[in-house]
Order: sequence, then structure tokens, then C-alpha cells
Amino acid sequence: MKRLLPIVAALALLAGPAAAVNPDEQLADPKLEARALKLSQELRCVVCQNQSIDDSDAELARDLRLILRERIAAGDTDEQAMDHIVSRYGSFVQLRPPLRWDTVLLWFGPVLVLVLGGVGAAVYVRGRSSTAAAVGALNADEEAELARMLDGDKVG
Amino acid sequence: MSAEVGQFALILALLLALVQSVAPLVGAQRGDGVLMALGRQAALLQGMFVALAFGCLAYAYLTCDFSVALVAQHSHTTQPVAYRFAATWGSHEGSMLLWVLILALYGGGVAFFGGTLRETLQARVLGIQGVLGVAFLGFLIFTSNPFLRISPSPIEGTELNPLLQDPGLVLHPPLLYLGYVGFSVSFCFAVAALIEGRVDAAWARWVRPWVLAAWIPLTAGITLGSAWAYYELGWGGWWFWDPVENASLMPWLLGTALLHSALVLERRGALVSWTILLAILTFSLSLVGTFLVRSGILTSVHAFAVDPQRGVFILGILAVTTGASLALYAWRAPSIRAGALFQPLSREGGVTLNNLFLAVLTATVFLGTFSPVFIEMINGDKISVGPPYYALTFAPLAIPLLFLVVFGPMLNWKRDELRKTAARLKVPAIIAGVVLAAALPFGGLKGVMTAGALALSAWLLAGSATILGRRWWAGRAYLSRSIRTTPRALVGLTVAHAGLGLLTLGITGTTSWDSDKVLNMRPGQSVEFAGRTLTMTNYEMVQGPNYEARQARFTVKGPTGTYSLRSEKRWHPSAQSQTTEAGIHVTPLGNLYVSVGEESAQGVVVRLWDHPLIVWIWIGGFAMSIGGAISLSDRRLRVGAALKLPTPAPQPIPAE
Repeated sequence: MKRLLPIVAALALLAGPAAAVNPDEQLADPKLEARALKLSQELRCVVCQNQSIDDSDAELARDLRLILRERIAAGDTDEQAMDHIVSRYGSFVQLRPPLRWDTVLLWFGPVLVLVLGGVGAAVYVRGRSSTAAAVGALNADEEAELARMLDGDKVG
Repeated sequence: MSAEVGQFALILALLLALVQSVAPLVGAQRGDGVLMALGRQAALLQGMFVALAFGCLAYAYLTCDFSVALVAQHSHTTQPVAYRFAATWGSHEGSMLLWVLILALYGGGVAFFGGTLRETLQARVLGIQGVLGVAFLGFLIFTSNPFLRISPSPIEGTELNPLLQDPGLVLHPPLLYLGYVGFSVSFCFAVAALIEGRVDAAWARWVRPWVLAAWIPLTAGITLGSAWAYYELGWGGWWFWDPVENASLMPWLLGTALLHSALVLERRGALVSWTILLAILTFSLSLVGTFLVRSGILTSVHAFAVDPQRGVFILGILAVTTGASLALYAWRAPSIRAGALFQPLSREGGVTLNNLFLAVLTATVFLGTFSPVFIEMINGDKISVGPPYYALTFAPLAIPLLFLVVFGPMLNWKRDELRKTAARLKVPAIIAGVVLAAALPFGGLKGVMTAGALALSAWLLAGSATILGRRWWAGRAYLSRSIRTTPRALVGLTVAHAGLGLLTLGITGTTSWDSDKVLNMRPGQSVEFAGRTLTMTNYEMVQGPNYEARQARFTVKGPTGTYSLRSEKRWHPSAQSQTTEAGIHVTPLGNLYVSVGEESAQGVVVRLWDHPLIVWIWIGGFAMSIGGAISLSDRRLRVGAALKLPTPAPQPIPAE
């Protein structure tokens, strides 16, 4: 495995850009083509369901790939090319949603849930263990027994 | 004739479900044994009638009865028999019938095997199951009737979507539904526990096997779906973060959390009300999974016929089920005992952390799936949430969980010591360290991440092996005996966690080292790709049973020898659609994936992908499912179900 790794890694680097892009669409300059490829994986094919324009065979995806490459060949930076397409097609085409006031919850929600959940879990575990220390003399079986008895009490 | 019989059977099933949703609940409240017994009989009969209806539809499909509208829309005389049968659940109506069938069978299962349960608990569980049955049978009959006739009936039907004509269709939906609907049992148990206001040992012993019984097919179904998408869609992806995939992932993530918390509840009686909440939420997410795509709110490759009336009905069911059960939870949960005590560093503490991460991951997928809907409602702007979002949010949260997975099984129940836990993990830590050190020297930042991910896979695999290894090492004097006496639950745990390690390995391999190439080729031309030489030997039109195809054949010389590959672009005239049949050479080290595209002036467009280690993704997924199955076969889990009481033969009862 150790000997295979550099070979595989080198192959990955050599293989260069391409995917659903037809050979005739590709830019001659491999550097520009690599940038175009990277951007096209972040753009949604609007007529398909959740496919990037890089993955899609649709006519519209092809148009977008060509527009993107036109802009990049014309000397646009990545942001300029992206802005150009977003201004025409709306933020629907961005597979990575932009950070705006209405996407704050989308982007930071997971961390928020982690923090809130973490606090909740910590409080719960503390509650379980501080009492556990007080009655620590009981072993697991005794506790189960006790729980059963208490439970039975409540019902009976 | 069969359609009318099926229709009638469905109506009878609905009436029986009505009986089942009232009689046992009232019976349990009043302590009336007759009413409770009536509920059991209704559940068994309902199962039989829905099975009859399903059989009728399957018969109509198999015999190409095109006077049934559904059959005419999804079948064709040239369609192979297996796909004519599988087409039974290949449409919206048919898949709903399958859903209802599985629900009714699970209900029948609780009625049949539940003899050891407390009678009132069983009655309440059946009652809730009956309510669900009424809702979904009603949905089926009133908005999605599978048995409608058309007149005049067409001579030939419209073919099933060719993408669906695949062995995947035969298994993927039934497995997923077994999973989704399986969670309805733990949901019913949860609601019954809330109604009773108590959770006893029998409750906990019953819930865990049912959760496991749902989790196993769901895991297998998702894995199968991923493999199917990989080979069928023709561009070599294995997970797309498509809304429907997400919809199956959410109940899986939360169901996994439920599986672990139910274990704590069963063994230690802790995490009581949390487990109930998880059971409610997991089933709610299963409902979201099955139905939201059908409501037209989310668009997806999986979308069946979308109809606003159905959407409203579905949203109603969802809102009532989730809303009512959560309200009941808020009202009753505080009265349920708080459960056993434990120290933070303990198996219970580990599962709490596991549940925290799984819940956060679920929330992440939920936000990613539904934000576009909410944002469009707020300001009318359409946004997309695609793979780049999940790479930035889901992955960083999943990695710590994968790291922590190894600790859980090493911890003692109730309390443990950090030093002792660390000592138990010495061997996997050394192995992971060696892998990290060996992989680090290659590549820049990407190389560091790859090395870390490889070490994580090694950590998971070695850590899982340690579970059994430690036990067997301790009993090495009597090795064959200690192997024989190993509880199956422990073997299942090892296999499932090792599966997670294989999955991590596969994901690492394909994300780090994927490569691809696209070019025009003519027969006779060769190309060098990823250490292989690929020659197109032949390119021609071929005729299939219900399609015609442009077929390219290749000979590949690679490090593992010479083999041939075949890739097709198929045209299905009766469905008017095109599919890609990729040529895939699968090896443990990596797949070569070849698909043919459009014809051009320079030949035909050929796309090549090299997917290192990708096959381990699916092997890992199935290993998790198999691990679950091994665990389910453990004798200790059958305590609740072992005693089969003689069940009275079902008597016909008036359906009024």
C-alpha cells in the first residue's frame, strides 16, 4: 500500500481536468480549464435535479459551461465569472449557497445545534452523575432493583 | 376482475383499520379484554386484506392487464417479467400500496408475536398502528387509487421508466420501506408509553429489536440505492445530496441514534424520555422521507407524479402525526421516571455523545434540505444547497463522531477511568499512528487530509477488531470455547463498526484519488489512462428486448491483467428515453468506469473514470447492515418474542 500511494497520487495529478465536458468545449490552456472545471462543479444545471453543470448532459448545462469558459478565457477572475452567471441566472445556480442574512441559519445552524445540544447533554449528564456520586455505594444491580421497586411503587 | 377484488380488499382493510384504531385503545382504557382482542384480530385481518390487494395489483402487472390505468402507464408487453413484477411498486400508487402493505404486516406482527407483552401495552400499540393505517389507507384510496380502470383499454402499455428497469428496483424500494415503516413500530410503542405514562422493562426489551429490524433494511436499502445510482446514472457518483437521498439519510442518522439509546435504555434504564423522543422524531422523518417528495415541495430525480391534492393530504398526515405525538410528549414525558444514574465517562456517557453528534448531523441535513423551501417562502428567492455545502458542514461534524465511535464499546457501563480506557485502545492507536506516519509524506494539504482520513479508517477497523480481540485474548487459554460463547450482539457490533471503517476507507479513496478523462474515440484507437491502456475494439448498434443501443467494446490492459468492457447508450422507443449503461471493472483497489456519450465528428465521446477503493463504500454499508442482522439474531434480544403463544385462528368479524 505504501508503495502504491505515490503512484496513485501522481496519476491523480497527471490525469488533469475533464468530466462531462465534451472534448470540443475544453479550453486549450490547462490552467484556465482547471479553473473552469472547478467552478463548473459549483454551478447547478437549472433544468436538471441537483446536478452540477459538470455532471450533466443537458443542453442548458452545456451552454453554461461554454459561457463560463468564455468569461474565463476573456480574463475574468473566478469571482467575476461566477458573478456574471449568478447575475443572469440567480443564486439558484450556486450549489454552494451564498452567505446572506437569510442563509445565516443554514450556514451556522449546525454549529448552533451542536452548542445547544452539547449544553443540554452536559446538563443532563451532570444531573445524572452528581446524584450518582451521592448514591455511588449502590452497584448496578442494586440500582436496577431499586428502580424497579420505585417504578412498581408508582404504579401500585 | 383482479382490480375489483383488490379495490374491495383495500376498502375492507380501511374499515378494519378503523376498528383497530378505536377498539383496542378504548379496551385498554377500560380494561376490556374483548375489545383488546378485537384489536388484535382486526390487525391480523387488515394485514391479510392489504396483502390480497397487493397480490391483485401484482397479478394485473404480471398478466399485462392494461385496462388498469396504472398498469397501462408503467408496463409493456416487452418488459421482462421481473420488471413487470417490480413495476408494481415502480409508480406512486403502487409504492404507496407497498408502504401500506408493510405497515399492515408490521401491525399483524405485533398482534401475532406480541403475546408476551402486557395486554394493555400491546392494545395501545396496535391502536396507534391502526390510526396510522387509517391515515395511509385513506390516502391511498382517496387520492392515489391504484386500481382505477380505463376504458377503452389500450392494446399496449407505456413502458416503465427505463432507469427503473434494473435489479435495483426489485430490492431498493422494498428495503427502504421496510426501514421507514419499521420505525412506525417504535413510534407506536413510544406513543403507547406516553399514554400509559410509564416505561417498563418489557417496553425496552421490545423496542430495541424492532428498531434494529427497521435499521437493518434501511441501511441495506440506502447502500443499494447508492450503488444503483453509481452504475445506472452513468457519471459515476455514489452520493448526490439529492433531497430524496437526504430524506432517507435523516431517518437513518436519527434511527442510528435511537438504536444506541435504546440499548442504554434496555441495559441500564437510562435515557428514557430521550429514547421516546427519538422514536417519535425518527418515524416523523421517515414520513418526511416517503412523502415529502410526493408533495411537490421538493423537486428531485425521484419525484413521482406530483399532485397538489396529495400534497395537502400528506402535509396533513405529517402535521397531525408529528404535532400530536410531540404535544403528547411535552405533556406526558415529565411524568416518566428519570432513569438510572451514571458517570460522564461511561458507556452511557459515550452513547449520549454519539446521540448528540447524530442529532446534529440530522439537523444539518434537515437545514440543507429544507432551507431552500423556507427561504423561498420568506422572500421568494430560490437558492440551491449542493455538495459544497455538505462538504463544509456535514463532513467536519461527521469526522469527530467517527473518531469517537471506537471509544464507545471500550467503556464500562455506569463509570470508567480515562487511563484504563486509553490502555484498552493502545493497539488501535498504534496502528492508526503507523498509517498516519506512512501516509503523511505524500502530497501537500490534500495529502495531510488524506493521511488523516486513512488513519481514521485504520483506527475504526482496528478499534472494532479490538472489541472481539480483547475478549478472545482474555480467554485465550480456552480459545475455541471463548469464541463459541461470544454473544452474537458483540460480533454484530464489531462487524457494524468495522463496516463504518470500510465506508470511511472507500470515501477517502474516491475523494482523494479520483481521476477522469474525456475524449473522442473511434474503433481501433487506444488511450492511456490511470495506469491502464484502453482500446476501443468495436462500436455498433445492437438490439435489446425493449431498446436499441449504441454499444462500444473495449479491451483494457492494466496492472491486474487484461479484460474487456462494454458500454452502451440505450434508446427505449416506447418510453422515448435514453439511458447509459456504463462499463465498470470492479476490483478491491479501484474501479474503471467507462461510459459512451454523444457521437461527434471525431468519433464518439468516451468518458473514463478511475475510482480508487470506491467499492469499499458499499461493502462497508452492507457490512453495517449484516452486523445489525447478526446482532438481531442474538438470543438475548429475543427475550420478548421467544414465547410463541398459540394464537387463536382469526375469525371473520363484521367490518362495521
